[in-house]
Amino acid sequence: MSRDAVLSAVNLTRHYQIKGGPFSKPATVKALNEASFELYPGQTLAVVGESGCGKSTLARVLTMIEPPTSGKLTISGHEVSLKEGQRPPAALRREVQIIFQNPYGSLNPRKTVATMLEEPLKLNRKEMSAAERREAALEMIAKVGLRPEHADRYPHMFSGGQRQRIAIARALMLNPKILVLDEPVSALDLSIQAQVLNLLADLQEEFGLAYVFISHDLSVVRRIADDVIVMYFGQPVETGPAEEVFTKPRHPYTQALFSATPVADPNRRRERVHLKGEPPSPLAPPPGCPFAPRCHLATDECTQVDPPLEHVNDQVEVACIHVDQAAAKYAEAS
Amino acid sequence: MALLDIEGLSVRFKTSSGLFAAVEDVDINVDRGEVWSIVGESGSGKSVSMLATMGLLPWTAQVTADKMAFDGQDLQQLSSRQRRRIVGGEMSMIFQEPMSSLNPCFTVGTQIDEMIKQHLGGSRRERHERALDLLAQVGIPDPARRIKAYPHQLSGGMSQRVMIAMAISCNPRLLIADEPTTALDVTIQAQILELLLRLQEDTGMALILITHDMGVVAETAKHVVVQYAGRQVEKQDVKSLFAHPRHPYTEALLSALPERAGDQDRLPTIPGVVPGQHDRPSGCLFNPRCQYATEHCREVEPVAAPDDPASTLCHYPLDHPAAGTPPSAASSQDSPPQDPLSSNPPSPNPPRPEVRP
Repeated sequence: MSRDAVLSAVNLTRHYQIKGGPFSKPATVKALNEASFELYPGQTLAVVGESGCGKSTLARVLTMIEPPTSGKLTISGHEVSLKEGQRPPAALRREVQIIFQNPYGSLNPRKTVATMLEEPLKLNRKEMSAAERREAALEMIAKVGLRPEHADRYPHMFSGGQRQRIAIARALMLNPKILVLDEPVSALDLSIQAQVLNLLADLQEEFGLAYVFISHDLSVVRRIADDVIVMYFGQPVETGPAEEVFTKPRHPYTQALFSATPVADPNRRRERVHLKGEPPSPLAPPPGCPFAPRCHLATDECTQVDPPLEHVNDQVEVACIHVDQAAAKYAEAS
Repeated sequence: MALLDIEGLSVRFKTSSGLFAAVEDVDINVDRGEVWSIVGESGSGKSVSMLATMGLLPWTAQVTADKMAFDGQDLQQLSSRQRRRIVGGEMSMIFQEPMSSLNPCFTVGTQIDEMIKQHLGGSRRERHERALDLLAQVGIPDPARRIKAYPHQLSGGMSQRVMIAMAISCNPRLLIADEPTTALDVTIQAQILELLLRLQEDTGMALILITHDMGVVAETAKHVVVQYAGRQVEKQDVKSLFAHPRHPYTEALLSALPERAGDQDRLPTIPGVVPGQHDRPSGCLFNPRCQYATEHCREVEPVAAPDDPASTLCHYPLDHPAAGTPPSAASSQDSPPQDPLSSNPPSPNPPRPEVRP
């Protein structure tokens, strides 16, 4: 951990104001609450959680699409301090690139692959000639496993996996240090998913990229992540090294999430940690710990205090007041 | 006699560039109380084959089958009026997108009531009681209030519960669930799958679960059909399928699962993509992506051996005592996993076009 973090986030928070209408009062949606982490070159940080847990809001804040409401974001040693509506400096924007879930929606249908790949160069590397740009694009096309003749084709001529390769190529054109991957393989078929995951692993090795990998698929996360943040209702509830979190989940939500994930082994029958009900509405957050209404360990105390993240050892942090009990119970069950 | 008995089902669609065979030669035999799963990637024809069984395909589809019987009744001979009496009643279906399967203009109660009115009849009060019962049965809290709710007032998980309530409202003997949990979160998915299995056990109906998720298959089904590009490539008991896949496609699919890859540096992949309408290879449909493929596979379409209980659609089924694996297989099996950067293996064939013209 002596190396310099390429990205560090301290208490990143993003709230949205909902305007009141004739039938409703104005409200605040706390989409992201106090997320803190560090990201190192060549490492993968996975963010897992269900829909509405703030994963994509985190992606938007990290890529500077939206400014955080409060908290500090530092990229390559430069602090990003932003007011609402202000554009981040171009130098920082180049460092962080994003790849979206749906490769059918994220590519412009009216541009060829080469045009799309050259566009970031056109805007950011004004000194490059057209021939140089073309060469750079062709090089990248080869890197992501496409063929040179693909350069002049349009997105509709490609399959989902190939489109995701194009999206990856486009993100890498400006040699970013950080790639934010928002569910990059969940729209792909299983046989294609493995190809794209391997490509991402190869590129990470070659360029020393840092990945923020947002996913709900735990088997994929377990495979590729170095560190994991588990989020629920906008806040991190458990963070730590992937191996540790996956073998010894300590937060009751992490445990429930893991046990709800189907495992491709028909001989394995486990006791499920049952999860009642559904996530609460962001407009009417429950008092105290947001997970308390669904938690099997919840006590009266849980509805009064919202527990902060606390270290259980030097690597793992958990936000739960019954963490010892939860960990013991899980160890017993498995 | 099997509850659902389908042999040689084929579905072809009329398209501007000729007939497209979305499903070809599918057999499925479901008995009372059995849980089946149809698994495959997109374009494998898993939904289309079941929609054909339900009779829900548009007029552009040509459905043919050697045999298509439900509880002894030949579905192909029935008039559409008679068929409608079965569909939705004795044989019913749940769809993938619960949010878009419900009519946004009517309350949940009205939509459930419509089903009961069509198939079971009864007075308004009886039907209302039945609808409340159903909502309670599928685990919706406060049914008396929810029955008046419109679909937009419900979450995805709740909408899917309402869909299930509608599907089981007439005590079906066969329930087909088409990717019932794909649009839902994992914790909600676990609840819905549990609910489906509980209902299946309580009522003794047969359940066919269409999915692409091997984890869901392993945890719910007893019998599995694997489909690839509209063909049924193998049919096995779930335990033996995961332990001894017979078709190279199944084997490759299972080893591409991140959780089964173990400590290997890279995931084993299946090179190439599923063939579409215009790039169907000759011979075996899987041959361009198959690590065991030989010249024979490229020329001759395989047929399932009549004595093969898994009816594997392959010239060289794996683990088969009669036919050993071809000589080329032994060497390629030991070779390291394919590098995704050179995603097509060296093959004597010219590279298959991966794009549509």
